Amino acid sequence: MAARQTPDTLDMPVRLSTMEEVDRGLKPHQALAEAGRCIFCHDAPCVKGCPVGIDIPGFIRRISQRNMVGAARLIRQANPLGAVCARVCPSEAQCEKGCTSAGLSEPVAIACLQRYAMDQEMARGIRPVAAAEPTGRKVAVIGAGPAGLACSLALRSAGESVTVYDSSPQPGGVMRYGIPSYRLPREVLSREVDWILSAGVRFVPNTEIGRDVGMADLLREYDAVFIGAGLGAPAVPRIQGAGTAGVISAYAFLRAAGEPDGNAREQAMRAVIAQPLGRVVVLGGGNVAVDAACTALRLGAESVTIAYRRTRGEMPAWAEEIEFAEEEGVKLVFLLSPAEVLQADGKARGVRMTRMRLAEDDASGRPRPAPSGEPDETIGADTVVLAFGQAPNESILSSLPSLARSESGMIEIDVETGATSVAGVFAGGDAVNGGTTVVQAVSEGLRAAAGIRAYLDSVTPARD
Amino acid sequence: MSVDLSIKFAGIKFENPFTLAASPCTDNAEMVARAFDAGWAAAVLKTTSVEEEVVELVYPMMAGLDFEDKKVIGLQNIDLISERHIDQVEKDVRELKKAYPGKVVGASIMGQKKEHWQTLVRRLEAAGVDFIECSFSCPHGMPERGMGSTIGQDAELTERTARWVKEAATRVPVSIKVTPLVADLPHIACAVQKSGADAITAINTVKCLIGVDIDNFVPYPVVDGKSSYGGYSGAAIKPISLRCVAEIAKAVDMPISATGGITTWRDAVEFLLCGARNLQVCTAAMKHGFRIIEDLTDGLSVYLEDKGMSGVEELVGLALPNIVEHSHLSREYKPVSKINLETCVKCDVCYIACQDGGHQAITLDEKRLPHVDEEKCVGCAMCASVCPVFECIQMAPR
Repeated sequence: MAARQTPDTLDMPVRLSTMEEVDRGLKPHQALAEAGRCIFCHDAPCVKGCPVGIDIPGFIRRISQRNMVGAARLIRQANPLGAVCARVCPSEAQCEKGCTSAGLSEPVAIACLQRYAMDQEMARGIRPVAAAEPTGRKVAVIGAGPAGLACSLALRSAGESVTVYDSSPQPGGVMRYGIPSYRLPREVLSREVDWILSAGVRFVPNTEIGRDVGMADLLREYDAVFIGAGLGAPAVPRIQGAGTAGVISAYAFLRAAGEPDGNAREQAMRAVIAQPLGRVVVLGGGNVAVDAACTALRLGAESVTIAYRRTRGEMPAWAEEIEFAEEEGVKLVFLLSPAEVLQADGKARGVRMTRMRLAEDDASGRPRPAPSGEPDETIGADTVVLAFGQAPNESILSSLPSLARSESGMIEIDVETGATSVAGVFAGGDAVNGGTTVVQAVSEGLRAAAGIRAYLDSVTPARD
Repeated sequence: MSVDLSIKFAGIKFENPFTLAASPCTDNAEMVARAFDAGWAAAVLKTTSVEEEVVELVYPMMAGLDFEDKKVIGLQNIDLISERHIDQVEKDVRELKKAYPGKVVGASIMGQKKEHWQTLVRRLEAAGVDFIECSFSCPHGMPERGMGSTIGQDAELTERTARWVKEAATRVPVSIKVTPLVADLPHIACAVQKSGADAITAINTVKCLIGVDIDNFVPYPVVDGKSSYGGYSGAAIKPISLRCVAEIAKAVDMPISATGGITTWRDAVEFLLCGARNLQVCTAAMKHGFRIIEDLTDGLSVYLEDKGMSGVEELVGLALPNIVEHSHLSREYKPVSKINLETCVKCDVCYIACQDGGHQAITLDEKRLPHVDEEKCVGCAMCASVCPVFECIQMAPR
């Protein structure tokens, strides 16, 4: 069997001087060759590995028959954010993990093929969503991230009237304000998001529920509410000196870095960090830490180090993301837990780190880091990026006190319907699952849309 | 914009042109029901015969032709007509027409004499079949008994037998399935038309010997140490069936059901352009399953959308005026090979093809880049045919 095709990537060091997409995508002959590697097996395991259940052999067959538009439409049927997900899904751990072709050679490059189909479709314009008969029912969606957008489109294409509120000026949520553009170009995101909104979804920017509009008002005005608010609040670490100039949350850092053009980005960066990046230390071990590290390299950091309190094996970041960062020159140091940001003249100059060892497994099933008793270590740093994870946005969630939450603060739902403990209120995405993937958020948004429709049918039948 | 895939064939409306051909795919009602559920518009039930016809099959009966790493680009079978006689097939017809009134159920028949043909027709009509297909064309096994392609290779036999069938068929249209194994297919097509038959199905399989086990000196498929010539089908025979369909379409004014290697929606478009109004599929469905109907209908729909056409009907025969006698081709048209050196990967297979299979017009420079000597290039297009790079070599007017 032919070898797996790999797309070109931007060469080093050019790729570190730009926020442009690193992965250049498959060329036409590569896409056909790769599609030819799919054996179209029965009951394909790839489909089961996909949270939204895209008909993967189906779209690959369409590619192999050069029906790119048909391929893209098939993907879109299952995933309205197919172009985004083709770029940001951990496909090695999802669809490609079960690929039958691995039994012959290597898995089919499913995500690359999906991207190819979606790019072809985008080049000719995405077919507008067919208008449905209006039902006369109104749904409010909180958060224009992947869960909220997926939910909105599914509801809208069924004829419901949908209004999406987001605290940010632009729709996209984590896709726009979290994922760096070298992984997800903003024009790809915008086209897909615009396509969703153009179905007749009303977008209300700069409006935070609980602050600008009361939750009670929403519940009164709408027949149902979907909460897809994500995790907008950086987890607050207990580190001395965390308020020092030069210390910044990964969330704020990536958000500023995500501005699309150079000038706007510089301005946004100056607003969150008033000095050159210099030596950057990123504290944390997840994908956000890795994204922040690679972004810092592109924005002129002298050096970038990720410091994680466990070891590489326990890093929540995906292996391929970690390899990508190392390839770019990010240094990784392990078994170091931040104790204090060191400063001079009110500016960060380094981080004092406690040396750790791996102890017994904790609740997450990973070895717990415990102080090793060795002397502390100091890492020089002019910028300290805190990437300890995100928490739900309390101003939204606390505006609905009767909302059942888990111990970790996540919204509890019925896994069949996405319904919360409050009648008529549904939820999905990171604020439910604690933060996983864009495609998982999409699937939860779609599930809730079905749940909402069933709920509306039970309380407010659609107008005939 | 939605397009209309429905099309009339021999007076019957099909929801789309895609029909499962008489084959192992259609040998019982359960299989056909699943195919209907998957989206096939029609099926021709596997060729049946009167109860007294003895049908003894041999196994294995299939052998694929693999090319490089692709499996079954062509398929040989030494299958025969169905072991299920008319008594069972008429039940299948009743069952399917009851469960799927909107689908088209055809039945393929074969007989040794007039009485057989006419009995089969009457019983199938009584069972509610939508159309009847007559196999005058199976190239293996059946001809040894004077059936199959023995009939289709003789214009007189073809016309006479088709008349018997037409005499009996009072209600439903009759299509005659022809063989490509004749010197003059238009001549046979004219015989079919003279008989009064309603349509032509083209083509049946091509008589073949797919390969030989070179260790044991027995051709495939090996049946207890021996083998036999068989019928060749699948993507490999498409160019032959496409030629046959075009020839028939130009010779007679009859609806044509095309079959023989239709695998993708592109094939489908090509057959429609060459005059077919109905498309039968067998080998591709045997290999990939009934689910390929989705690729076929979706690809065809997107193609029609792209062309701004409202339905399949618009495509029928559009390529026919562009097929002319060789002597009518322009002798003034002098294309030349243009190589895009930006995308060239310097494999130089164009150079090899031009040196040893062309006119020595391509030379290599010191960087191994190919250059075309336009004086020497006759524009044969062998270089463009072998180039592995997408659209790197184009044949352009001088």
